[in-house]
Amino acid sequence: MGLSIIKPNSKIDFIGLRKYCAIFSLVLILLGLGSLVMNGGPKYGIDFSGGVLAQVRFDHAVAPEQIKDSLSSAKLQGLSVQRFGEDDTEYLLRISSVGDVDQRLPDILKAEFSKNLSDNPFTIERLDMVGPKIGADLRTAALEALYFAVLLIAIYISGRFEQRWFTAGIMAAGLATGMYLLDLVGAPKQMQVLIAMLLTLGICWKLKLNYALGAVIALIHDVFITVGILSILGKEFDLTIVAALLTIVGYSLNDTIIVFDRIRENIFQRTAPTYGEVINKAVNQTLSRTLLTSCTTLLVLVSLFFFGGGIIHDFALTLLVGVSIGTYSSIFVASPVLYAFSPDEIPEPEVESHNHADGTV
Amino acid sequence: MREGLRWRLLVAIFVLAVGIVYALPSIPAIGTSPIKKFLPEEKVSLGLDLQGGIHLVLGVDVDKALSNNLSLMGQDIRSLAREDNIFILQPRVMQGEKLEFVLLKSSQKEALDALLAKSFNRLNAESTVLDNKKVRYTLTYTPEYKKYMSDLTLDQAVKTIRNRVDQFGVAEPDIRKQQDFRIQVQLPGLTDTERAIKIIGKTAHLEFKIAREGVDPAKAAKGIVPAGTEAMRQMHRNPDGSYSESVIVVNKNAALTGDTITDARVAYDNFNRPYVSLTFNSSGARRFEEVTGENLKKRMAIVLDGKVYSAPVIKDKIRGGHASISGGFTTEEAHDLAIVLRAGSLPAPVKILEERSVGPSLGQESIDQGITATLVGGALVMVFMIVYYGFSGLVANLVLCMNMVFIVAGLAAFGATLTLPGIAGIILTLGMAVDANVIIFERIREELRRGLTPFKAVDEGFSSATLTIFDANVTTLLAAIILYQFGTGPIRGFAVTLSLGILASMFTAIFCARIIFGLWINGKPGRKLSI
Repeated sequence: MGLSIIKPNSKIDFIGLRKYCAIFSLVLILLGLGSLVMNGGPKYGIDFSGGVLAQVRFDHAVAPEQIKDSLSSAKLQGLSVQRFGEDDTEYLLRISSVGDVDQRLPDILKAEFSKNLSDNPFTIERLDMVGPKIGADLRTAALEALYFAVLLIAIYISGRFEQRWFTAGIMAAGLATGMYLLDLVGAPKQMQVLIAMLLTLGICWKLKLNYALGAVIALIHDVFITVGILSILGKEFDLTIVAALLTIVGYSLNDTIIVFDRIRENIFQRTAPTYGEVINKAVNQTLSRTLLTSCTTLLVLVSLFFFGGGIIHDFALTLLVGVSIGTYSSIFVASPVLYAFSPDEIPEPEVESHNHADGTV
Repeated sequence: MREGLRWRLLVAIFVLAVGIVYALPSIPAIGTSPIKKFLPEEKVSLGLDLQGGIHLVLGVDVDKALSNNLSLMGQDIRSLAREDNIFILQPRVMQGEKLEFVLLKSSQKEALDALLAKSFNRLNAESTVLDNKKVRYTLTYTPEYKKYMSDLTLDQAVKTIRNRVDQFGVAEPDIRKQQDFRIQVQLPGLTDTERAIKIIGKTAHLEFKIAREGVDPAKAAKGIVPAGTEAMRQMHRNPDGSYSESVIVVNKNAALTGDTITDARVAYDNFNRPYVSLTFNSSGARRFEEVTGENLKKRMAIVLDGKVYSAPVIKDKIRGGHASISGGFTTEEAHDLAIVLRAGSLPAPVKILEERSVGPSLGQESIDQGITATLVGGALVMVFMIVYYGFSGLVANLVLCMNMVFIVAGLAAFGATLTLPGIAGIILTLGMAVDANVIIFERIREELRRGLTPFKAVDEGFSSATLTIFDANVTTLLAAIILYQFGTGPIRGFAVTLSLGILASMFTAIFCARIIFGLWINGKPGRKLSI
């Protein structure tokens, strides 16, 4: 047999470590929240805030201050100049207002640079312009997407793991009604999504959908921490970052499901007397898989981060952070949450069949 | 060989063969070689972010078109009523798409109501009798008519833009309607984005207006002009390329509009300066002859989108239906103006709501970086799998290669577009595809430790891991589907490659890898397994 990073019969007491993990997670979340509050919310890229972004390549190196100075007479609103790539020839120019067809940024750049930087020819490699209306639409779409991802996954896990599709259906119907009512009273979209998340958690808890509760808490945990870390690093949120976050939502569950699957199997086989021991055993049994699968994914992400080019850089970074946090949460967050909401003793088979009576098998 | 294994092997080989056939045309060296004609036509098309090009979302100002239409209907009502000797004051278009006018004698109310009911029943009419025996009418669109007009406006705008793009000469443009009266325009491989935007975005509403002479220019500049006329800006191009403006007073109502133009071409005058020569259709030609005959010695302003380009003096009645616009153009400007005039005017102004353009060199750079990242990522994963799992890692790598073939084949067969995030999706899939193998291999190791023979352990490992792999991948698939639903172009590309990769990996890791293990163990159940 080949290498193993984890010894086959590891007996780490993960449930016993839950207090330290809670503190660790809390610190990460608070740091992120603090950064978000200090920056006045997430820093939106032009996809969401609207504006114009131009990637400009000069023939010779030029300092960012020089670019700013040469554009000063054009009075561009909220101009920012950011270096792109290794050398001083490529820059991202960003302005916050869109302007009209006659006053287009490329025309302005051409006029100003040919006047003030005449000895340094340039080309516009990429231009993104997003009007305020589209920006607002994209913001709503992104929030809705995140919300639907969480909802669908909660339904899938409760249905799949607890064989309670009927209860899961009730949850979906309840949420849909709640959202419809919120829409009627005209609550803002951000608020709606937040309420929906809380509602999902509340319903999972009330209906005793413990696996779903554990999984959903773990993935909200992952998204929160990833967003926080991106905020600390001063990264901007655009469509590709949202795509990365959604992928994390899907992927972080990958590992959680493997662990939960083993917990369920161990409960059926009654391999240990208490929930705590069953869960510990399951996490230990699946530990090498959990780490290995994340490891292969991280390997390709590192390659994407270093070789994929500037445009995809932040996307790769988000995934790197998210997959790492997701792996941590599968081991140290999802299972302890499941444990915290479990009854003290593993129910006898009769009680188990009671569950089947109200739903489907 | 067991019967079941043989069948599964045949299925796998067949699917792989189909995959290879579909994947091959997308490889550049093969896509251009002679064997191409034995392969399917479909190949992976590159997104705008990879091949360069421009993506636009245009908002059509439908409200403007609706109020323009209302104003025209107002003119019609007034002139039709006059034929029946009913006199109404100049109709006005008010805020909120309302047409208001006043009937002078309330005794004619019934006659006017009958006229409106007969010829203008697509408008809702409300009337209130005023104190001084006048009647005020307020006309609004019926909902059906409003919808009809809005849709018509959007359709016309799409048609016009398509015409313009076709004449501009772009290979494989994609122009489609979107919700909220938006039009999406995608022009792959285009390099001069600035020029394209000016051609697409121009309303190109052409009018010929007779100038009113003898108005004090100073007053006109302040907007004090005789009734029925308006002051307009005339652009003059100076020799150094800059523009200067002057004011000209013209009749409000156009003598002729651009609707009657059948052709527009660039021509050159005696000084080799470009101008645009216009040809009218027969009714336009007749009208042009009338107008020029009636207004000899006056100036005729040629107005495009509210700006006067030139205002020549009418020296003679013009027959034959030809006119020209000169405005000190460059050849390129004249050429582009001819395009928009030939293609017709937009029924309403359009506004660019979103624009994303990528230059061809950046696109190629992205492709190169994507390929590098894929190769490095793939190599890292493969080395890791061989070091960690030995022979079994080799099996995983083999099915990983199959996985890549299936993704490319799937992209080509479904006519999907490969974007930069799409490449990232493929790279991510490289890492996630072996996850399924890892889950199976770890399970097999566990079974081996429990003392099962390799043959039994492989069997047990595959069957108990299958459901887990399925469960784990469903959630990622759900996320990908949501992404596809909500995302825009490049993000959709990511959702597509991610979904294809996950589906392919389930097939290769569960179905194909099991066949290879089956073949290896075939007939030698006691053989030691390197895992």
